[in-house]
Amino acid sequence: MHGDQERQKLFARRTVMLVGGKLALVSMLAGRMYYLQVVKAEQYKMLADENRISLRLLAPPRGRIVDRFGIPLADNKQNYRVMLVSEDTRGLGVDGALDLLHDIVPMSMGERRRVLKEVSRNRSFVPVTLRENLEWEEVARIEVNAPDLPGVMIDEGQSRFYPYGPNLAHVMGYVSAVSEREKTGDRLLELPGFRTGKSGIEKIHDLSLRGSGGSSEVEVNAYGRVIRELNRREGLPGAEIRMTIDVGLQLAVAKRLSNEVSASAVVLDVHTGDVLAMVSHPSFDPNDFNRGLGVEEWNKLINNPAAPLSNKAIAGRYSPGSCFKMLVALTALERGVISPTGKIFCPGFMELGDTKFHCWKKHGHGLVDATSAISQSCDVYFYEVARRVGIDRIAEMAERFGLGDPTGLDLPGEKRGLVPTKAWKREARDQSWHQGETLLAGIGQGYVLATPLQLAVMTARLVNGGFAVSPQLTKSVSTTGVHAVPEHHQFPQISVSQRNLALVRDAMTQVVNSPHGTARASAIHDPRYIMGGKTGTVQVRRITKAEREQGVVKNKDLPWEERDHALFVGFAPADNPRYAVAVVVEHGGGGSSVAAPIARDLLLTAQRRQSARDIPISQTSGSQAALELRGTEDRVRPAAEQS
Amino acid sequence: MAVREDALNPPSFTLRQKLWQMHWLLILLLAATASVGFAMLYSAAGGHFEPWASRQMMRFGVGMAVLITVALIDIRLWLKYAYVFYLGTVALLVAVEFMGEVGKGAQRWLDLGYFGLQPSELMKIALVLALARYFHGTSIEDVRRIPSLIVPTLLIAAPAALVLRQPDLGTALMLVITGAVIFFAAGVRIWKFVLVGIVTVAAAPIAWGFLRDYQKQRVLTFLNPENDPLGSGYHIIQSKIAFGSGGLFGKGFLQGTQSHLNFLPEMQTDFIFTMLAEEFGMAGGLALLGLYVVILIYGLAISVRCRTQFGRLVGIGVTATFFLYVFINMAMVMGLVPVVGVPLPLISYGGTAMLTLLFGFGLLMGTWIHRDVMVGRRGIGDDV
Repeated sequence: MHGDQERQKLFARRTVMLVGGKLALVSMLAGRMYYLQVVKAEQYKMLADENRISLRLLAPPRGRIVDRFGIPLADNKQNYRVMLVSEDTRGLGVDGALDLLHDIVPMSMGERRRVLKEVSRNRSFVPVTLRENLEWEEVARIEVNAPDLPGVMIDEGQSRFYPYGPNLAHVMGYVSAVSEREKTGDRLLELPGFRTGKSGIEKIHDLSLRGSGGSSEVEVNAYGRVIRELNRREGLPGAEIRMTIDVGLQLAVAKRLSNEVSASAVVLDVHTGDVLAMVSHPSFDPNDFNRGLGVEEWNKLINNPAAPLSNKAIAGRYSPGSCFKMLVALTALERGVISPTGKIFCPGFMELGDTKFHCWKKHGHGLVDATSAISQSCDVYFYEVARRVGIDRIAEMAERFGLGDPTGLDLPGEKRGLVPTKAWKREARDQSWHQGETLLAGIGQGYVLATPLQLAVMTARLVNGGFAVSPQLTKSVSTTGVHAVPEHHQFPQISVSQRNLALVRDAMTQVVNSPHGTARASAIHDPRYIMGGKTGTVQVRRITKAEREQGVVKNKDLPWEERDHALFVGFAPADNPRYAVAVVVEHGGGGSSVAAPIARDLLLTAQRRQSARDIPISQTSGSQAALELRGTEDRVRPAAEQS
Repeated sequence: MAVREDALNPPSFTLRQKLWQMHWLLILLLAATASVGFAMLYSAAGGHFEPWASRQMMRFGVGMAVLITVALIDIRLWLKYAYVFYLGTVALLVAVEFMGEVGKGAQRWLDLGYFGLQPSELMKIALVLALARYFHGTSIEDVRRIPSLIVPTLLIAAPAALVLRQPDLGTALMLVITGAVIFFAAGVRIWKFVLVGIVTVAAAPIAWGFLRDYQKQRVLTFLNPENDPLGSGYHIIQSKIAFGSGGLFGKGFLQGTQSHLNFLPEMQTDFIFTMLAEEFGMAGGLALLGLYVVILIYGLAISVRCRTQFGRLVGIGVTATFFLYVFINMAMVMGLVPVVGVPLPLISYGGTAMLTLLFGFGLLMGTWIHRDVMVGRRGIGDDV
């Protein structure tokens, strides 16, 4: 046993050494635990939360846009989508579920392929959209059949809806999917289905309308499935925009213009500059843009010569023609080159050097003073006073009344027009100014260009006592839903004598109401609503000497694009003006025969709605009052407004 | 020479005496450890006994029965049949080579109808028995001579090579290290271990060439897990995140976010310690480690206390195996060693490792019960 005793002693020694080794290793384990769970704990806790917590953005509802009475012009509509969760289709499988659904919502092979592709790309618990914008009937049928359609579910989203469609398209603009260019890093813009304003009010107030996104912290597992919501921060809905538009009037204007091929009109409040209506015809339906246009629909819009996408009320530039004459008369009177009663003889033409400048009235007006020159639109009178006063002074006056510069309307895409001066011609054309061009400018032709909005602003400033109103479309922006009544803005007085202004205004009243006035056929006979105004007929082609001798070809015998533009600027009531209007009918023919009757109807409608607008906004409880009003006047109902 | 009279004679304990001699405290410790496992499996299933905890309990029950049965068998019988057992297990390993079931890219299982048998696990016990028997019959002078080390070296090399072919690097390593520990305890000169160590390090580049791609990948990933965060580095990165985020006291029972949200892979098997560390923190991890150390100390104490070399070496071999399980698994989930697929003893879900370990502890218990029995060179029937 001696050997065994020795072995046992050796064994014991070796065991002690082993224990030492093992304890060393165990200490290493403990040390590692300390390192991971104490030293590095914070870092790993953070990584663990990064693992499991996923921040999801919640899209805020886009702000509504309402008219001056609170009637919604752009709203969010429930959008029903049918979704498929492939893991819930049970024994049926995706194909089986689609087959069953086909009886309720027919799907093309292309749609089906897209769905199958999306299903295979996503994890089985991720819902795949089968169809958007379901009809209510389809929703109902799917819901009723829900027990037989495992994995199929209805999801509610919101989509932008414009109840008045084309009638307000140019003012509202439209929203559509975010473009790459717009992505500024705001994570809201990355949300699928998010829309931003692309034109009109939707664009200019896009940031306010967007609101701010909420967020939802959700716990996800390793496969991305949401386990539960940990934290939720509601976003702020977009602000509500109250516009100056009176939708009832707007609809009436749109309807009135719809008979023309291409036309635009603006109705302003002459004291506040509120744009009550602004229509450019033809139009488009912004709802289509939200949905997404097909190539064919797009090409149709783009290739239409009447340019439905363009807002001609602010982007159409026209020679103002005779509508410019008030400014020429005012310049002449202010500068004293002629007295209010000073007369000029009109033989039907005026000669300057070798050139003969014709009056529209072949045999002339005889002796005319400032008032009759405006009311009868005598060209020769204005040739002469323009020659006397010079182009630069006319230009200076025109600018005071809002021509030649953008009016500053809160709508993107406004054009500046053109008021020519000698300096301008030298710079732009590198040519010196000819006196003949002054004569042409005197009757609003030649280089002078103005937008319908500028003409409306000019008219407003002429008749409101000489205040330099600027137009506006936004009344207020409210994040709370309560709109403050905006403070009355005092516009600066234009330095021009009240006496001369009154003369011009009076002359404009005679245009419509005197027996010799050019627009006498469009007079409003109701003494409460009497209007004034000025016609304008603008040649878009050159009339040759030969043609003039043989007799000018009548408009109706010309191809459409060679016909004259018909213009009219007007105001009402004549004795205490409240509304200014500008109407331009492209290639419509004569200002008096085509544009004036439209302007009359617009001013009449506007005045009949007067009482409605005079109710302070705070007393109208939203759309209720306005709805009643809408029923009383024009029977125009928005096509899309069927609930 | 305080040899008890009865101890000199062949089987002299009654069954009653043997049961009385059981080391019940050790059994209590094993049961406590297994219970920790049940709790963790209950949590891994999201607070349910199904599918893991309940089955694990049944296995533990079966394992306990095996332990007691093994412990009651006379130690001389184990000595006598040690080589037979060893050869039989080697035969099974060879059989696996030809008709094993492939699981997780390796042939490890023999399908025996009702249950799968993993001969490589059985090998851990068989090797301990065979080596213990060999050194039991070798005098201290023989142990110091190199020729007498040839046979035991082959005893280790043969199964290690077979297991490596499956391929199962973790088990092969465990066999080699367990063998080395027995060599060491048997009294092989220390300079020999140093020499082998140096040779091994020198030969490592050659061995690299023999590794399977996935094994190379594991080693590379171990060295730099961030290299491939979604591929093979995913396991270890997620394990460290879950582990570290547990902090000092953990997130609470059933509250481990990383494990319950499936970021932690294999949480019921190889990575169960990570889950424990996430839910109970460093405190829980150290407590479990402490439990293991206590079991280890008892095992070693039993070994030292044994009067026969065979019993001592079996005891040291079983505790070494147990320690290797614990160390490799814990070091693995904490990112100290490559992920080699070694379960946490008595806690990870799985029957084979549980049975192997409890079989081993049965032998340890047997040496305790028979600590004073004198054993001849060839076991029962052999004269002292």
